[in-house]
Amino acid sequence: MIGLLIRDLRLAVKAGGGFGLALAFFLIVSVLVPFGIGPETGLLREVSGGVLWLGALLACLLSLDRIFALDWEDGSLELLATSPLPLEMVAITKSAAHWITTGLPLALVAPLLGLLLNLPEDGYLWLVISLLVGTPALSAIGTFGAALTVGMRRGGLLLSLLVLPLYVPSLLFGSMVVSNGASGEAVGTPLALLAAISLGSLAILPFASASVLRVNLR
Amino acid sequence: MMLEITSLACARGAVQVLQNVDLTLSAGEAVVLRGPNGAGKTTLLRIIAGLAPALSGQISCASDSIAYSGHADGIKTSLTVAQNLNFWAGVFGQRDITPALDAFDLHDLRDRPAGEMSAGQKRRLSLARLLVTGRPIWCLDEPTVSLDQENVARFAAAVQAHLARGGAALIATHIDLGLAEARIFDIKPFMCKKLAETDPFSDWGAA
Repeated sequence: MIGLLIRDLRLAVKAGGGFGLALAFFLIVSVLVPFGIGPETGLLREVSGGVLWLGALLACLLSLDRIFALDWEDGSLELLATSPLPLEMVAITKSAAHWITTGLPLALVAPLLGLLLNLPEDGYLWLVISLLVGTPALSAIGTFGAALTVGMRRGGLLLSLLVLPLYVPSLLFGSMVVSNGASGEAVGTPLALLAAISLGSLAILPFASASVLRVNLR
Repeated sequence: MMLEITSLACARGAVQVLQNVDLTLSAGEAVVLRGPNGAGKTTLLRIIAGLAPALSGQISCASDSIAYSGHADGIKTSLTVAQNLNFWAGVFGQRDITPALDAFDLHDLRDRPAGEMSAGQKRRLSLARLLVTGRPIWCLDEPTVSLDQENVARFAAAVQAHLARGGAALIATHIDLGLAEARIFDIKPFMCKKLAETDPFSDWGAA
């Protein structure tokens, strides 16, 4: 399992691995939003939390179809399915690798981009915390979506349609944590719900991913 | 008896392709699967490897005893030969990749990225993976595709060494591997083309 994680991380940082893609997208979205909204700092201040979360979510979505597609194309997925590693474990490892290469770096660069969006200073800590707590759910749900669409040619659109509605709760609670934190209100409830979504999807979805993979591998 | 198949029926998609297949494989034995294109050789091998369910019939073998190799090489092109082999060795709980490199003469290519290798060299790497699985039954689907004469001989030698260690092999191929002890198993008599009459959702609970 560690071997698979290391291999996936190594592949992600190699040329064509798509490691920088999500990060670059997040950066561009955050830089462009102020141009779209205009120079009103007050308005920007209010929407910054939600925009950052939305940007992170869309950036995450970009790299989802790579989770299983490459292994499917070159036959490694079949070989993994016949290996002693259970497919549930493969799914968890793939989610973890996806999170380490997208969710984690997104959470770490988010404060820099918060500066561009005029995020109130009390919001930075909660922005990083909410992204760290919330993005594992995005990776786990995305892995499930990727497993569902793995055999399809150009399944990217279907994948987005399947996954985006499932991302809504994380987006809601995540941006609520940031905006409540920024305005000094209590963040306990949305943060707890955000954590619950992450833990719940990490606990349940690897099993779902593994069983749809088994069906798709036939 | 390492592998015993009794009255197996298999389907590819919604079409049943084989019925009443009986096949046994004992230690030290190699069986060459023969049959016309589309007969169901790949389907049979995939079912034995556990990738697809059988329509009916039994397959009995020890758990985790089958190493499968399909049409695709399963190679990461941006990793080197040694990295690819080490990864699979790790997955199968093995450490030493030297015997695998020896068997398919991959020592000189050890640090070459797999993407820069020819199709035949990739195939050799893919076959070398079988040696790092440490599993006794090899299920190979057209293993000699894009191999030259010399490497087909190397492959045959690797299979022979595997049999000598008490392993077994089930190989779907059209060419003569030069394996004197190999038994030919023609699946032509078991072919049947008809729509499979099963409920496609019947195994949902089991999966």
